[in-house]
Amino acid sequence: MCLSSSEPASLPAEDISTNSNGPKQDLLFDEDPEDLFAEATEEVSLDSPERDLLLSDGPSPAITPITPPTSVITPCIGHSLLRIKFEQFQTCFLQIEEEEGGDLFDMNISVSDPEKVGDGMNAYMAYKVTTKTSMSVFKRTEFSVKRRFSDFLGLHSKLASKYLHVGYIVPPAPEKSIVGMTKVKVGKEDQSSNEFVEKRRSALERYLMRTVKHPVLLKDPDVLQFLESSDLPRAVSTQALSSAGLLRMVNKAADAVNKMTIKMNESDAWFEEKQQHFENLDVQLRKLHASVESLVCHRKELSVNTAQFAKSAAMLGNSEDHTALSRALSQLAEVEEKIDQLHQDQANADFYLFSELLGDYVRLITAVKGVFDHRMKTWQKWQDSQMLLQKKREAEAKLQFTNKPDKLQQAKDEIKELEGKVQQGERDFEQISKTIRKEVSRFEKDRVKDFKTIIIKYLESLVQTQQQLIKYWEAFLPEAKAIS
Amino acid sequence: MRSVSVDLNNDASLLIDIPDALCERDKVKFTVHTKTTLSTFQKPEFSVPRQHEDFIWLHDTLVETEDYAGLIIPPAPPKPDFESPREKMHKLGEGEATMTKEEYAKMKQELEAEYLAVFKKTVQVHEIFLQRLSSHPMLSKDRNFQIFLEYDQDLSVRRKNAKEMFGGFFKNMVKSADEVLISGIKEVDDFFEQEKTFLLDYYSKIKDSTAKAEKMTRSHKSTTWNFFYLFIFLTLKLGKLSDLFEKLRKVEGRVASDQELKLTELLRYYMRDIQAAKDLLYRRARALADYENSNKALDKARLKSKDIPQAEEHQQQCLHKFDKLSESGKRELTGFKGRRVVAFRKNLIEMAELEIKHAKVSNIMTGSHAERVLLDSCVASDLSNSTWDPY
Repeated sequence: MCLSSSEPASLPAEDISTNSNGPKQDLLFDEDPEDLFAEATEEVSLDSPERDLLLSDGPSPAITPITPPTSVITPCIGHSLLRIKFEQFQTCFLQIEEEEGGDLFDMNISVSDPEKVGDGMNAYMAYKVTTKTSMSVFKRTEFSVKRRFSDFLGLHSKLASKYLHVGYIVPPAPEKSIVGMTKVKVGKEDQSSNEFVEKRRSALERYLMRTVKHPVLLKDPDVLQFLESSDLPRAVSTQALSSAGLLRMVNKAADAVNKMTIKMNESDAWFEEKQQHFENLDVQLRKLHASVESLVCHRKELSVNTAQFAKSAAMLGNSEDHTALSRALSQLAEVEEKIDQLHQDQANADFYLFSELLGDYVRLITAVKGVFDHRMKTWQKWQDSQMLLQKKREAEAKLQFTNKPDKLQQAKDEIKELEGKVQQGERDFEQISKTIRKEVSRFEKDRVKDFKTIIIKYLESLVQTQQQLIKYWEAFLPEAKAIS
Repeated sequence: MRSVSVDLNNDASLLIDIPDALCERDKVKFTVHTKTTLSTFQKPEFSVPRQHEDFIWLHDTLVETEDYAGLIIPPAPPKPDFESPREKMHKLGEGEATMTKEEYAKMKQELEAEYLAVFKKTVQVHEIFLQRLSSHPMLSKDRNFQIFLEYDQDLSVRRKNAKEMFGGFFKNMVKSADEVLISGIKEVDDFFEQEKTFLLDYYSKIKDSTAKAEKMTRSHKSTTWNFFYLFIFLTLKLGKLSDLFEKLRKVEGRVASDQELKLTELLRYYMRDIQAAKDLLYRRARALADYENSNKALDKARLKSKDIPQAEEHQQQCLHKFDKLSESGKRELTGFKGRRVVAFRKNLIEMAELEIKHAKVSNIMTGSHAERVLLDSCVASDLSNSTWDPY
């Protein structure tokens, strides 16, 4: 590769943003005098044909100044401005939900106060589940119960067995973690086990909220009992290493094999399209999830290195014999330390939230795909009954020519039964198809909202971080200038 | 990076710069351009091509020159290091099959930018070396320096000869005896006592800071890369938002580069410069040791009444050399301190200003984008249309 450093001090102004609705309110750099590349060649003005080749896509684009949107007058976007807009946004969503009629969804569940109960390998974490609601289906407006992780799994298991096969997307429960739980049981009171408990608490909360947001699941007696009753029969078949667990695994494998052998004649293009859509979404979300997790990891590394540098800079400052420079170096160390803390508190937290949401959706999509699979199974069942009916009819026709009145009657009875089954099969298939359509539409709406909420939260905190950064460096600047 | 060493290249009698450089595979060819009013040169303006090894040759001959023992010889520029971007280029080549055309093009662009950044860094550090020489009253008159600037033929022959002559002898000596000798010497001069204590301590601290800063900068850059992968994927789902993140990532990348240039490079440069100052202290310490030895030899000669005049002359020479080094050394070290403080000041100010600017720009971008996202959603009337992608 052949590179040349010859270039003029100013680069062509080209904004490379690909799309924008409405007025161009994009990048607001003005021609950058501190440009990394301009610095090197300040006193030179050479024109090189290679320049355009190398730099037309602008590794450091200089953008023609554009007036910012009128609502953004100050060069520093205040947190409060954004908050107002966010609240307007939330109202929008709420209005639309109201229009859908019925009892306005007004419910808030919080999972809190994780408490270790018992000792050793039999110990478990108990969480307090508090419900605040004004909805009529509940007897009280505020109530709380104590639940452990296996209770949540038990709830999900019951809901799944009741609703998945008729096409309802039952939100999956948070994942088990033998390693994580063992640390807690053994009594390791360190940061990683605290993080684990917090992650789980948050996941359980999200799980419950998602479950009750589903209009059908909300009214399920198991859900109501879970939230309201102080005593709950222990769910035993949820243990990972139990016989029930093994049975589940075997069934899953069997299902997978069956899926491969079902060849459905899809008459409805919508389903085919949606299935493909969810396949793609699955792949993308997994990639994204892995990417965000890796980012969180790198951020942690950066944090460690920044903290180390800050300490070293402080020592350098102590060693420096020029007083003003010594003070400036110490101040630099402090700034770097504060910035590190800033990144840890804000940026990390939000990526973490994003990462958790992605994990939730990866699991949710598995549930969605499961529901599509159930539809296929329902269709298969219907087809099977139809084929069996056909066979029986043929057999009956044959029997008509023989003199076996008992067998004939039996055949006629069987046929009547099967006709009923076929009709039921068809109804089931139509019902599940209808349900899935509704469910998918609801799911997509929620997905859009969830992601948007998270992203706006992230943007908000990003704005805050940026403001803090500006404050720190502006405080440092006079110290640097004071060096004489 | 020019700001690493200020007050250079403003003496019109000898102006040097590197306006151009070419990178071919592993070798970088610098174009050294000189503008001068001095009669010692044949022409008032001329350019020559030079390789990194030529700079090292020049540096080494200066170090070996006895007359310059009392000077701080500007540190030699480090070898151009394209390891990091080259490695990434390799990975890019390997991963080409799994990426879309768009992704590949974007990554390639990023890599080219990184290559360019390394490239510019190395040009600047070579340029500074020459400018330090040209702005020094004694070194600028060095004959080899003049040859370096002017000689329009290949210097490789001279380089080979020099290697044979000196064989790196002096450099090896410096490395092994350095600290021990300097710290062991009985210092009579307060100034040098203080300088010695300060420089030894400062060197170890700045070495540590440089290493930690390098680690931090590397981390910062790799985080930016991560951002990059993340946002490639976001493009798939979140159209406009990925625009914002792409821009934020670019700013983040520049923050990392600026930090590297203003902070890490500054520390790196002065670490090497302090090493050069320590070398000066070493040479003076050696001269002092020689002087003390010559005193002992004189006493011996006087006792034996043998070869007294030679011993006396030798002692006088040693003393004279030592005094010369002390005088010159004091001047150099004082100038060095001033230079260092000014350079740190300039870079710290520039870094702070850049950080503020980047944060402000990011802030505006984020704020206006977030607004737009919120605005879009309130305007939309049909939220149930799942094909509408508000991002």
